[in-house]
Amino acid sequence: MVPANRFAAAKPLLEASGLTVVRGGKEILSNAGLKVREGEIVTLIGPNGAGKTTIIKVVLGLMRADSGEVKRRPGLVIGYMPQRLQIDPTLPLTVGRFLLLGGNQRNRQGRVRAAEVLDEVGARTIMKTPLQAVSGGEFQRVVLARALLRDPDLLVLDEPSQGIDVNGQAALYRLIASIRDRRGCGVLMVSHDLHLVMADTDEVVCLNHHVCCAGHPETVTNDPNYIQLFGKQMASTLAVYHHHHDHEHDAGGNVVSLAEADLDTEKKTGEREGHHG
Amino acid sequence: MDDFLIRALIGGFGVAAVAGPLGAFVVWRRMAFFGGTLSHSALLGVALGVLLGVNLNIGIFAVCAVVAVLLVTLARPSQLPNDTLLGILAHASLAFGLIGLSFMEARRIDLMSYLFGDVLATTEQEIVLILVGGGLVIGVLVFLWHPLLAATVDEELALVEGVPVKAVNLAFMLLLAVIVALAMKVVGILLVTSLIIIPAATARRFSTTPEQMAVIAAFGGCAAVAGGLWGSMTFDTPSGPSIVAAAFALFLLSMLAPVFRRR
Repeated sequence: MVPANRFAAAKPLLEASGLTVVRGGKEILSNAGLKVREGEIVTLIGPNGAGKTTIIKVVLGLMRADSGEVKRRPGLVIGYMPQRLQIDPTLPLTVGRFLLLGGNQRNRQGRVRAAEVLDEVGARTIMKTPLQAVSGGEFQRVVLARALLRDPDLLVLDEPSQGIDVNGQAALYRLIASIRDRRGCGVLMVSHDLHLVMADTDEVVCLNHHVCCAGHPETVTNDPNYIQLFGKQMASTLAVYHHHHDHEHDAGGNVVSLAEADLDTEKKTGEREGHHG
Repeated sequence: MDDFLIRALIGGFGVAAVAGPLGAFVVWRRMAFFGGTLSHSALLGVALGVLLGVNLNIGIFAVCAVVAVLLVTLARPSQLPNDTLLGILAHASLAFGLIGLSFMEARRIDLMSYLFGDVLATTEQEIVLILVGGGLVIGVLVFLWHPLLAATVDEELALVEGVPVKAVNLAFMLLLAVIVALAMKVVGILLVTSLIIIPAATARRFSTTPEQMAVIAAFGGCAAVAGGLWGSMTFDTPSGPSIVAAAFALFLLSMLAPVFRRR
């Protein structure tokens, strides 16, 4: 029995429909849409180049769609974590200062708030560290903290786990879920790691230029469209999906066969469980 | 001290104190080549200024502003890489500037002084212009500091957080146009960029905050002006290149300084 979305009755924060984006004669988005409700975690998945970042940029208002509509709840405050944030090494910026750039207050109160959100993401100790000297995992937490500083109604996270090792990824997703539980904000995120986010995701939107399927993670992974997009064997276990992605990355040089990928994943999953259990 | 030397020092300090903080942003935003393009186009401003009989600084500012706006508007439709577009505009405007100047009577134009500066000939009027213009630039920069820094770190993040990124960027480019117009007297069109970026690059190693880097760059630029003028007087060398040489010497010295932290 597939569980129903427990947020079906919650108020929508953001609703996009009929989005079409054409760039250079290619249709990046075709009649795509999504909806995020209060307290709901919506995860956007899809192959590389499927338009995931594009749809994020459109709903944020960073990019204009050629057609379609984005409805935001009036006064909606969004905390955004971009996919690739690069800080020029010539810019002397501490973690604390970076946080203050995103907040409305630059006085003592603002600094106290910055310390609070840094604590909330578990990175309290690096307040005075230069931004260029923190690790990949810490950096992503700092960017998340900056998004939280605005007390957002909606968190928009574009691949929050990049540059983090597998254990760190699981911890980051747990952190995101706990932030949602505590603050009750909606979360819209792009993620390749469906096996890691599944437990806390309320709605999965599978995008390949158009929305090929959407729903509860378990519904989606059984959906014929999902299976068609990711391959039957890939879709059969969620864990393999992650490896499908690795495979694409390797395609230039190391092509890993499906069987090997399967095995490898099982091994890794086992290790992970061992680590936390 | 001679009057002309005092005027040169005041004018040079005024320009360097403003060029330093602006230069910090130029370095952070990787816009050094953009600054070069603006300064090359300044010669076209000189030609137009002479031709139309308006103040040369205003001519330079107008041309630089037009070039800056052109760069922003052409970037998308031309589909050319940004540095290619900058190179095209830099040299086209320099060529048109030289052609324009060639129409004028030779005795009215001292090309070398435009290209390499003539700070020892700074007049009182020009000092007033530098102090008023420079003060204006600093005022606007302080006012725009926070949003400009936010947009420098990441434009899209700043946009989502409500910073009017386009307006802030445009304002920054206009500030650069002003400082190019003012700095021409001190180091000349061909060397303007150096007065903007060298002190900022020098300041990086001694700074832990953006503000520190801006202030140190301002003082470093002033030190370069003082050192360059001293060298110019002592060794009878051209003033503009001497100032840039002094800035470069300070930069080299900074590279020898121990690294503060960093991995």
